Amino acid sequence: MEKLTFRHATKKPLAGAKAQAITGVVASGNLEVLLERALPPDACTVEIETPINGYGDVWEAVVADFVARAQPGGIRITINDGGARPDTVSLRLLQGARLMEV
Amino acid sequence: MSDRITDPATTSWYEASARARLDGLLDPGSFREFIGPEQRRMSPHLPLFDLPRAFDDGMIVGAGRLDGQAVLVAAQEGRFMGGAFGEVHGAKLVGLLRAALDQKPAALLILFDTGGVRLQEANAGETAIAEVMRAITQVRAAGVPVIGLIGGRAGAYGGGGLIAGTCSRLAVSEGGRISVSGPEVIETNKGAEEFDSRDRALVWRTMGGKHRRLTGGADAFADDTVAAFRTAALRLIDTAPAFDLATLEAEQARLEERIARFGDCRDGTEIWARLGANDPAAIPAMTTAEFDALLAQIGETTHDAR
Repeated sequence: MEKLTFRHATKKPLAGAKAQAITGVVASGNLEVLLERALPPDACTVEIETPINGYGDVWEAVVADFVARAQPGGIRITINDGGARPDTVSLRLLQGARLMEV
Repeated sequence: MSDRITDPATTSWYEASARARLDGLLDPGSFREFIGPEQRRMSPHLPLFDLPRAFDDGMIVGAGRLDGQAVLVAAQEGRFMGGAFGEVHGAKLVGLLRAALDQKPAALLILFDTGGVRLQEANAGETAIAEVMRAITQVRAAGVPVIGLIGGRAGAYGGGGLIAGTCSRLAVSEGGRISVSGPEVIETNKGAEEFDSRDRALVWRTMGGKHRRLTGGADAFADDTVAAFRTAALRLIDTAPAFDLATLEAEQARLEERIARFGDCRDGTEIWARLGANDPAAIPAMTTAEFDALLAQIGETTHDAR
């Protein structure tokens, strides 16, 4: 099991007032993403637990791309991975951010 | 909290996540989760096997309203480890049942989607199954109906099948299956000649929703939509039997009669023919409306036991 943590500075807080959201499921090729409004509005953290070792660089790139697109300021994101592909991870992160906004 | 669904009348129960099922089943916005994912009550055992955990351990419990009535609900996520019972997963259901003794809701609903006990934490899982069955009898004895809804991809197998057997009432869909030993388990132990687990039609004739409904193993047959399960749950709450000696003796008598009448049958279709179905081979392809008409015609699958 590999544990990864990424910290990013954001330009703005994520819209909306929802305190938390969860999306996805821990299943083969899938993942679950828990989002909590728990940080200062200019910070975002992403913590990942994955059973697939050795893909830290890919995770780093996917998370950086998500942060740049969504600007999820104030959000603590925790991921339980079930071996999802990068495109699935990206979609789930955006889905989670959207759930926090509505 | 998430996994909202827009139209329960068209959303497939089978395809929906456990959270989406709860969202569509209960009155809009009424669900309040106990021990939510943010508390991170995850399995203490799975890391030993280098397996990923889920924030809710595949079991979502809480309170809500069903047509205005207060209910307690538990939903299993069948895609996480086959919805299997581990230590935390089981403890959350036991805790919910014990809460029902205090709160006396109009009903406690269990949205089954499980292959049984989680093998990686089997002792804790087996214990949980036993504790759940004991707790269900206590809740029923206290006058609260326990309603099982079965239509997920994992069905209700193993200990989940045993728990289903202790519920006041069960609703099942075409996709739902109820049994203890699953198809692969039977094939592994007895050989493919005895039970070919790849023969899907055989699996459904033996454990599927229609067969269980026809033989009295389930009390309602629902379309595979969230709205249909909501309707079925409401009706079953209203018709749940008392939990007393007379009910148990009637159930015992019904099961003995079932063995005497069908014990020599070699296939589900033989049982359906003996029940009075004119064309048993046509039953698996029947729509819910046609199947309901058949049930009305046979007229003996309804019983007040269990």
